[in-house]
Amino acid sequence: MSTSANTFDVAGIREDFPILKELVNGKPLVYLDNAATTQKPQAVIDALVNYYVTENSNVHRGVHTLSQKATDAYEGAREKVRQFINAEDDKEIIFVRGTTEGINLVAQTYGRANIVAGDEIIVTAMEHHSNIVPWQILCEEKGAHLKVIPISDDGELLMDEFEKLLSPRTRFVSVVHQSNALGTINPVEQIVEMAHARDIPVMLDGAQAVAHVPIDVQRIGCDFYAFSGHKLYGPTGVGVLYGRAELLDAMPPYQGGGEMIRSVTFEKTLYNVIPNKYEAGTQNIAGSVGLGAAIDYVSSVGMDNIAAYEKELLAYGTERLSEIEIVRLIGTARHKGSILSFVMENAHPHDVGTILDAEGIAVRTGHHCAQPLMDRYGVPATVRASLSFYNTREEIDTLVKGIDRVIEVFSR
Amino acid sequence: MSNLHDLYQEILLEHNNRPRNFRKLEDANRQADGYNPLCGDQITLYLKVEEDVITDVAFQGVGCAISRASASMLTQSVKGQSLEKAEEIFDGFHALITDPDADVDYDVLGDLEVLSGVSAFPTRIKCAVLAWHTLNAAIEGKEDSVTTE
Repeated sequence: MSTSANTFDVAGIREDFPILKELVNGKPLVYLDNAATTQKPQAVIDALVNYYVTENSNVHRGVHTLSQKATDAYEGAREKVRQFINAEDDKEIIFVRGTTEGINLVAQTYGRANIVAGDEIIVTAMEHHSNIVPWQILCEEKGAHLKVIPISDDGELLMDEFEKLLSPRTRFVSVVHQSNALGTINPVEQIVEMAHARDIPVMLDGAQAVAHVPIDVQRIGCDFYAFSGHKLYGPTGVGVLYGRAELLDAMPPYQGGGEMIRSVTFEKTLYNVIPNKYEAGTQNIAGSVGLGAAIDYVSSVGMDNIAAYEKELLAYGTERLSEIEIVRLIGTARHKGSILSFVMENAHPHDVGTILDAEGIAVRTGHHCAQPLMDRYGVPATVRASLSFYNTREEIDTLVKGIDRVIEVFSR
Repeated sequence: MSNLHDLYQEILLEHNNRPRNFRKLEDANRQADGYNPLCGDQITLYLKVEEDVITDVAFQGVGCAISRASASMLTQSVKGQSLEKAEEIFDGFHALITDPDADVDYDVLGDLEVLSGVSAFPTRIKCAVLAWHTLNAAIEGKEDSVTTE
């Protein structure tokens, strides 16, 4: 498949996503809320159905055939994830509910075992609440402090300020890979290098990035990486925490229960090896299988092709929205993913969202779970159009027409 | 599309552009903050209550056209009314925006009638009621910020 937008078969790709044929308010659906969740290709829907129709059973320790089939499917999905993010070993892949649980897991295990009073944890000004609150809870419990890397007006991290924040008390750095509200893709390799030079571990929130850029955790060098299946064209309720084996081995368990133990007596319990140590209870087996199918799907399209197509689509969208005088784009970093966050001079984002919805256009309006970021820009909310590789230039044109409609309604 | 016109009627847009009583009420003896965590709408409502009558009312804050217009119309409709009457207006207004078939007394509601279009947009009802819940909190003298959740 070519990387040029002219030859990228978007029409063929759209055929793979049944929901894109839906009408909303009598208009063809223009789905521009991909940063919230992505639509699912038929291959993922089929994988879920197939699992329940032919393989459903509980995994591990079953002697019967179906249990073995389910275990193979589940562990097969883990191997697909490993390859997709290029982890060294599949035991470094832990299935969780989503990015949020992945971050909480690290805060509650690594964090509680290693952070003490007076320590400092660094995040950025563009974090989603899910990469702020788990650390605040930890800081509160331990008497530690949260430090925040500021950003420029364009939405880029001020790396000089990061350098200054790194102190002898810094014990952990947790940074978003791609901002959900601005689209900024952060220089994660540089961040890891700077932190590792001081022996400080780094976690990356990959909820957005994973669907838009090829991820190689070994090249990035991060210690933890979390993402959600549903933002990667997979089912809701399943996600991944990658952690370096050395750290995962040393950390205390997250939840206690079945599967995470090696032996239990009332006097003492020995924990299982990784990844099982962090997978207490029956996991979202079908969801994991569905995530594996989603990875197969995006891999068949090619993450490089997806990134190249979305880059062109973003450039087109940026150009079209910039032509509208009363539209102000929020987040104009040089290196950014396909997110168009904006405000309009005389119409509140919530009203914009309602008027666009009447045209069949799905966008998200609000603070995007990033209230400190909204405060930074002095806006209560933004309108966010987040693009996927199944979106088209024609849909951007429809968005622009929708914005014209907003202007018309509000100029009465 | 006609629903959209019912929602964004001219009177509503006019209240949004030029909200009435949009200021801090210096001699207020009751006030409350309201917040809609879903969209970030925020309002402070000021009341001057004398012998169970709302003698003055004003508001400040940020929000969408619907929450702003609703707050603006609220100040017009409850000013000079007894607390009991204000409650009656609230009940009528609530029925108007949540139940299209409700039997409401339009004489009591005045301009507020234009907000009836909200009933066709369930996601926007919270925007319209924010100021009203805040009014209730101010009347009852609640200190905590009110939310629509």
